[in-house]
Amino acid sequence: MIDYIPSGDSAFLVKFGDEISEEINRDLRAYFIAFNEKKIKGVIECIPSYSDLMVLYDPLIIQYKALLHQLKQIAENIKDISIPEARTIEIPVLYGQPFGEDIQAVQSHTKMSEQEIIKAHSENKYLVYMLGFTPGFCYLGGMNPQIATPRKEVPSQKILAGSVGIASQQTGIYPIDSPGGWQVIGRTPLRLFDPDRKPEFLIQAGDYLKFYPISEEDYHKMNEND
Amino acid sequence: MGTIKILNPGLLSSIQDAGRYGYQQYGMPVAGAMDTDALQFANWCVGNSSNEACIESTIIGASLEFNCGTTIALCGAKVQAKINGEFAEMNRSLQVKTGDKLEMGNVQAGCRIYLAIAGGFNIPDLMASKSTYLRGKFGGFEGKALASGDEIEVNESGKQIKRRLPQALISDFSNNTSIRITAGAEVRRFTQEGIKSFLCSTYTVSAQSDRMGYRLSGAKIEHTDGADIISSGISTGAIQVPGHGAPIIMMADHQTVGGYTKIANVIAADLPLLGQMKPGDKITFKEVSLEKAQNILIEKHRIRQELLK
Repeated sequence: MIDYIPSGDSAFLVKFGDEISEEINRDLRAYFIAFNEKKIKGVIECIPSYSDLMVLYDPLIIQYKALLHQLKQIAENIKDISIPEARTIEIPVLYGQPFGEDIQAVQSHTKMSEQEIIKAHSENKYLVYMLGFTPGFCYLGGMNPQIATPRKEVPSQKILAGSVGIASQQTGIYPIDSPGGWQVIGRTPLRLFDPDRKPEFLIQAGDYLKFYPISEEDYHKMNEND
Repeated sequence: MGTIKILNPGLLSSIQDAGRYGYQQYGMPVAGAMDTDALQFANWCVGNSSNEACIESTIIGASLEFNCGTTIALCGAKVQAKINGEFAEMNRSLQVKTGDKLEMGNVQAGCRIYLAIAGGFNIPDLMASKSTYLRGKFGGFEGKALASGDEIEVNESGKQIKRRLPQALISDFSNNTSIRITAGAEVRRFTQEGIKSFLCSTYTVSAQSDRMGYRLSGAKIEHTDGADIISSGISTGAIQVPGHGAPIIMMADHQTVGGYTKIANVIAADLPLLGQMKPGDKITFKEVSLEKAQNILIEKHRIRQELLK
């Protein structure tokens, strides 16, 4: 069941459910692909999130009744469109020192060794539900709850771009240098966001991420950050 | 190539165009002019395309020196402007030459002044826009608010244009504004009493208001069952109500996703007017249907097309 909810005079929410689940997100992704193929005139852009898509449009070009009709048509025709497999993006991470300065805090909280934490963090595949908060920041699902660790009591003034961190049940990567309270356990040499590159963003909603540990030597060979 | 030099940026000045669209799915806010009408008018006065980047100044106008001969225009908030000490009229093209100094005072009505320059600024597009996203230190002039001593290159315009904005398009900004809204996506998450508070009382734009959002003070708005939703897309003009019951209107630099219930959305036609409100100003809300909201926008656009032929 899809709900179409106006969100102001220039946006529609296409809502697939009211919970965070991989199943709902799969439906949403399929719709998003079909939606992009349809290239509706007057649509400006679309923001996928956990359980809905926000379609932003220009009412000078298309009004809501006509758009609603087209949005409903997409849902009807979705079975006729082949939905490609979701991408899996491999993210190399140098875990522990020198960048993952909070891995000890995670060790003392979880009573696990550094190696166990790295294994738990890098063996799962993570679903990218959506991007937001800062440009390129991914909201990921699928972290092993054993390594869940509360945020730092005193946030860091500057967490470097590429830092991989844990904040309670979540894990994520900082796309740009920013202050933050996440427990940083490592750093990827890849740039998630580079405005001078095409595509500007390495990851998009609906992708899966797979972290894998690398050595410090490999980190420097692959480094795109500094 | 000529330049302009910032002598004093006023309270906050930055380079803004019509906004950076197409990247919200990656978490990149739109940014852009808070009053896109004034942006368009200033550009029209100097013969630019309507989306060209301008300097947006907030509450206190910027002062600057021209190191080139060119045409400029000032639109938006009402402000006293002087060129070399002589009164300079708003809402029309003004010729300036090398060494001229433009000074502006405090706004007398409205909040944001737009300075357009014929040919525009020679600033690279970043992801298809020259807008500055201040919090992200991204775009515009070196990703930052303009500061004293900054020198910005300007393009040659080639043509000398003389234009005056039709009087019908010049707004008298008031400290007490009625803003039209449509019902929000989560309107059912509010009690009847809460909706009544929202529609029937006067709110004040608080001091904690900026390009990202306006926090309003006034009657608290009551939820039926908590203020949180699963994070979801936000559009400009969405009015979120967190648990404390005080509404926040999402403005140009708002984050792309958010997790609070939305009681209403400001209609697109009234967003520029909202962009001219400043801390201390009063707002009341008036509900219109979605169809009416779109018709108001279409009519507004039609009138503008006619007047700015």
